[in-house]
Amino acid sequence: MSKSKEEYIRRDGRKVDELRPYSIRTGIFKNADGSAEIRLGGNWIVAAVYGPKEHFPKFQISQDEAILNCRYHMAPYSTSERKSPKPSRREIELSKVIKSALEKAVLLEAFPEMSIDVYIEVLQAEGSTRVASITAASVALADAGIPMRDMVVGCSAGKVDGHIILDVGEYEDKEGEADLPIAIMPNLKKIVLLQMDGKLTHSEFREAFELALKGAMQLYEAQVNALVSKVKEMGEIEEAEE
Amino acid sequence: MRDLRKRTLSDILRIKQVSKFIRENKRMDGRKLDEYRDIEIKTGVVKKAYGSAYVSLGDTIVIAGIHFETGTPFSDTPDQGILITEGEFLPTASFYAEPGPPTEEEIELSRVVDRGIRESEMIDLSKLVITPGEKVLKLFIDFNILNDDGNLVDAAMLAAVSALLTTKYPNPEKVAELENDRAELKDVERIPLPIRDIPMTVTIGIINNRYIVDPTLPEEIAADALLSVTHTKNDEICAMQLLRGELDYNQLFEILNIVLEKNKELRELVLSKVGGG
Repeated sequence: MSKSKEEYIRRDGRKVDELRPYSIRTGIFKNADGSAEIRLGGNWIVAAVYGPKEHFPKFQISQDEAILNCRYHMAPYSTSERKSPKPSRREIELSKVIKSALEKAVLLEAFPEMSIDVYIEVLQAEGSTRVASITAASVALADAGIPMRDMVVGCSAGKVDGHIILDVGEYEDKEGEADLPIAIMPNLKKIVLLQMDGKLTHSEFREAFELALKGAMQLYEAQVNALVSKVKEMGEIEEAEE
Repeated sequence: MRDLRKRTLSDILRIKQVSKFIRENKRMDGRKLDEYRDIEIKTGVVKKAYGSAYVSLGDTIVIAGIHFETGTPFSDTPDQGILITEGEFLPTASFYAEPGPPTEEEIELSRVVDRGIRESEMIDLSKLVITPGEKVLKLFIDFNILNDDGNLVDAAMLAAVSALLTTKYPNPEKVAELENDRAELKDVERIPLPIRDIPMTVTIGIINNRYIVDPTLPEEIAADALLSVTHTKNDEICAMQLLRGELDYNQLFEILNIVLEKNKELRELVLSKVGGG
């Protein structure tokens, strides 16, 4: 290793433990029951929630709890080579793992025989889209007023040029040595999404995991701020009307 | 849907029973919590394929077969062959398995197996090139679940790895000399696959805060979480997937320690039954 951890500067100018610039907004779509947008570096992802609503078809109804449907999808123009609009195997897998993470937070038992639809659209992709998607989707669920045990927030860590780094960008995803996307419920301290590919020793894995946790806690703050500022705005509108 | 809870009263009772046994550190089939079921591995079971393996893990049965075709390399990897992994449940596997397009569970299973093989760099894909940038061999790993009694990831990985270890593939130098490689590929001289690593996947279930190795289907359904971890021969982690549920942070690291030990045991078993490496 040529440079120490402190000195190592990533191709996009970030330090090893630095997130890309990020912002989260909520209430972006009028028609949806809840919605949110996240920008994380060049990632631009929107999420909309419809429901709880009556579930169709009837024979699939669950009498104990609501059914959560989730679609993660990348727009054809979101990548530098056109992506076919047809859901790929990757998108189907990611829809599944995102759904299974969100299911742990949503109080599905509050809405038997109903369904809740979560639609995630990646408008521009630049690495770590799955964890940014889950962060936005969780804000959209909260915006829809759906009762939850906790927020869900995602972040990634990885390994590039022998360094463990936070928030894997596009080049780092393609040329890096490892990628570790996680999502947690930050107050309950539970892992609800965990995937990894590449190669990490056990001690590198621990370092990467702890870094990703740290990043997730930062993004959690942004989630809360987005929801708080929407509530404040609503308050201001009401005051103005009075 | 693999969820037996939605089926019959006897299934519901079986799942409750699982949980009760585990609380007393016992399992319904008499195994210890960290014990695999009997593992049977037979290779070369399908002579028509370039490599194949039959694996049974208790009542779970998986067959994997390896095939090759010629094709064009991806533009970002002109000097590498192509690896494709696809797995499906056969309708024989269980009451819930039906013919049709792949379900999200099947896609996840295939992709988890694919990542284990790909990320461990098990196969040296640069040895699958016929003409750089123009023509390469595509390596297909196709596996099927013939009977599902849980822990499909470990079983499918064992089948895929065992099949690959015994695969002989068309010598790319000889393929380059062919006029019609599509028709003549199967008759070309075959050489052993360039194996660089042997990945091993161990899946752990958490039931009543206890860690269960090699969960059966009722155990999987009773589990609060299922985590699959793949190691290389040098004990690096090369793939991981939380298949279901939620984990405490400390549980993750406790699981990793168990997996590290178990994957060695599994690797020795495969080497003794299949050879290679």
